[in-house]
Amino acid sequence: MKDEFFANLDLAELYQATYETFYMTILSLIGTFIIGILLGLLLYLTAKDGIWQNKVINWIVAAFVNIFRAIPFIILILLLFPFTNFLIGTVRGPNAALPALIIGAAPFYARLVEIGLKEVDKGVVEAAKAMGAKTSTIIFKVLLPESMPALVSGITVTAIALIGYTAMAGVIGAGGLGNYAYYFGFQRRAFDIVFVCSVAIIVIVFIFQFIGDYIANKLDKR
Amino acid sequence: MYTDVFLFACRKAFFNGYFLTEEASDVIKIDSLTKEFSIGEKKLTAVNDLSLEIQSGEIFGIIGYSGAGKSTFIRLLNRLETPSSGSVTIGDKQITTLSKKDLRNARQDIGMIFQHFNLLWSRTVQDNIAFPLEIAGVGKSERQKRVQELVDLVGLTGREKAYPSQLSGGQKQRVGIARALANRPNVLLCDEATSALDPETTNSILDLLVSINKKLGLTIVMITHEMHVIRKICDRVAVMEKGSIVEQGDVLEVFSHPKMPVTKKFVKQVMGDTDEDEAEMNQLFQNENNRNVLRLHFIGETTNQALISQLAKKFDIDLNILQGKITQTQRGAYGTLFVQLIGDQHEIDKAVQYIDEQTSVEMEVVENER
Ligand SMILES: Nc1ncnc2c1ncn2[C@@H]1O[C@H](COP(=O)(O)OP(=O)(O)OP(=O)(O)O)[C@@H](O)[C@H]1O
Ligand SMILES: [Mg+2]
Repeated sequence: MKDEFFANLDLAELYQATYETFYMTILSLIGTFIIGILLGLLLYLTAKDGIWQNKVINWIVAAFVNIFRAIPFIILILLLFPFTNFLIGTVRGPNAALPALIIGAAPFYARLVEIGLKEVDKGVVEAAKAMGAKTSTIIFKVLLPESMPALVSGITVTAIALIGYTAMAGVIGAGGLGNYAYYFGFQRRAFDIVFVCSVAIIVIVFIFQFIGDYIANKLDKR
Repeated sequence: MYTDVFLFACRKAFFNGYFLTEEASDVIKIDSLTKEFSIGEKKLTAVNDLSLEIQSGEIFGIIGYSGAGKSTFIRLLNRLETPSSGSVTIGDKQITTLSKKDLRNARQDIGMIFQHFNLLWSRTVQDNIAFPLEIAGVGKSERQKRVQELVDLVGLTGREKAYPSQLSGGQKQRVGIARALANRPNVLLCDEATSALDPETTNSILDLLVSINKKLGLTIVMITHEMHVIRKICDRVAVMEKGSIVEQGDVLEVFSHPKMPVTKKFVKQVMGDTDEDEAEMNQLFQNENNRNVLRLHFIGETTNQALISQLAKKFDIDLNILQGKITQTQRGAYGTLFVQLIGDQHEIDKAVQYIDEQTSVEMEVVENER
């Protein structure tokens, strides 16, 4: 059956491509999570009536976030070519995709983090202040734990966007399923490969969505 | 043996001295406290040149209608709100001039509970109570011990591992109280602590607060808009209107002789409309049969509460209670009772004389003109 319908498919190549997609997604997700939370916290804390209320910093962070969110991802990769080359030493392969992936996704996630933090009950933050909590205590023991379900569903949404980004990055040489589908499938008219890659990506998306929903649900004791 | 007795005597002297000096001192001194909010161009004075002294170990109530500035005032006490001018001193610390770091330390000695409880939903009951201990840097094993004590104190034994979402409002406030007491504060600030609760739960929380006040000698500042709360637990009360205190004093005094219109309105909340009662009574007295009617006024009575049954036992008369309202306060019973004495006129006169001379109940013989 395989020979008839999937004549062009090479399982070893498919496996390698899937692995690269996972690799790029997970590493960029970790980077996005950390940078996104930092930016989101900064946006929240420096906002009006925030703990670190600061118009200038808030404006700068908001501007950074908005600009990088506005650039289409495919253009962002091209724009970041010199930076990637400097940082990674090459513009090819899964590692080369990471800076663009993180810079593309972190601002998006930062906004989701900010929304999640704004949902935290002001009264609870005030109660912590009334107990004599330091700002770091408020961040790590109140704001982050209390917004955790929102942070997790946010990172799930971001992960799915990132899987899409890795495919785009693949087309310009980063490897992964997008790369495989384009160079080995589309360009050689081997549409069975394009089809299998699509299915593989759908499965990956479902896996991330399932894990994300499960964790968010587990965490939510409200 | 002798040393034991000696030590006991010493300890007693020490305690007496300790409590006597405590008794006399003010824990909270508020001096010309003002807070202005600017809303665009306009300035709004939420707390206006307010001075007040709250004594150690008392339950001090502050009552006022919505917008009077009560919440702003209580938040100024632990500087959740920065005052525009004036000063707050709690214990030996002038809160208004402390550095940020000292303020954080001072806040650990000031408990606070809230109308909406403000518990962390992500933590269990025990972890919520442990939170202030974590802030104070208490070690893990000591923390666990203290949490268990507090859980028992507020009557939540067995619910340690529950999350706030699994508790009723009253239970949530108990967690709030336990959390506020964790670091053994001297002062407990309560902002509408019972306003989100039904009347029965309100009473159980108020009872808990009184028992804590007695057991720990804790000073409690209680903000409310319900006179019932003041009546039930407070020793002294201040009435707040438009950012100022318009009347203050012992709860009984304020209940029996309210001066300002706001205060009268609040007293009506629990005592009903006394003017109306009066009119009703007068009508009653027009009736031929209503002779020998007494109006008994109880103010802070604790010894004379059994007066009616005493009269029935001591004198050969029957007592007919016509109307009245007695309410209990922290300082004893307060209220008015109309009773009719029935029986031999000689016995009645003796009973009237007894009330007049032997008890501290204020009495008035209601004359009916026939
Ligand atoms: N952060 C703020 N900014 C501007 N105005 C405020 C602020 N906080 C309170 N106010 C104003 O101060 C006044 C007093 O408010 P406060 O909350 O102290 O009243 P309250 O007596 O506690 O009322 P309630 O019984 O409704 O809680 C109100 O007019 C309110 O609008
Ligand atoms: Mg209020």
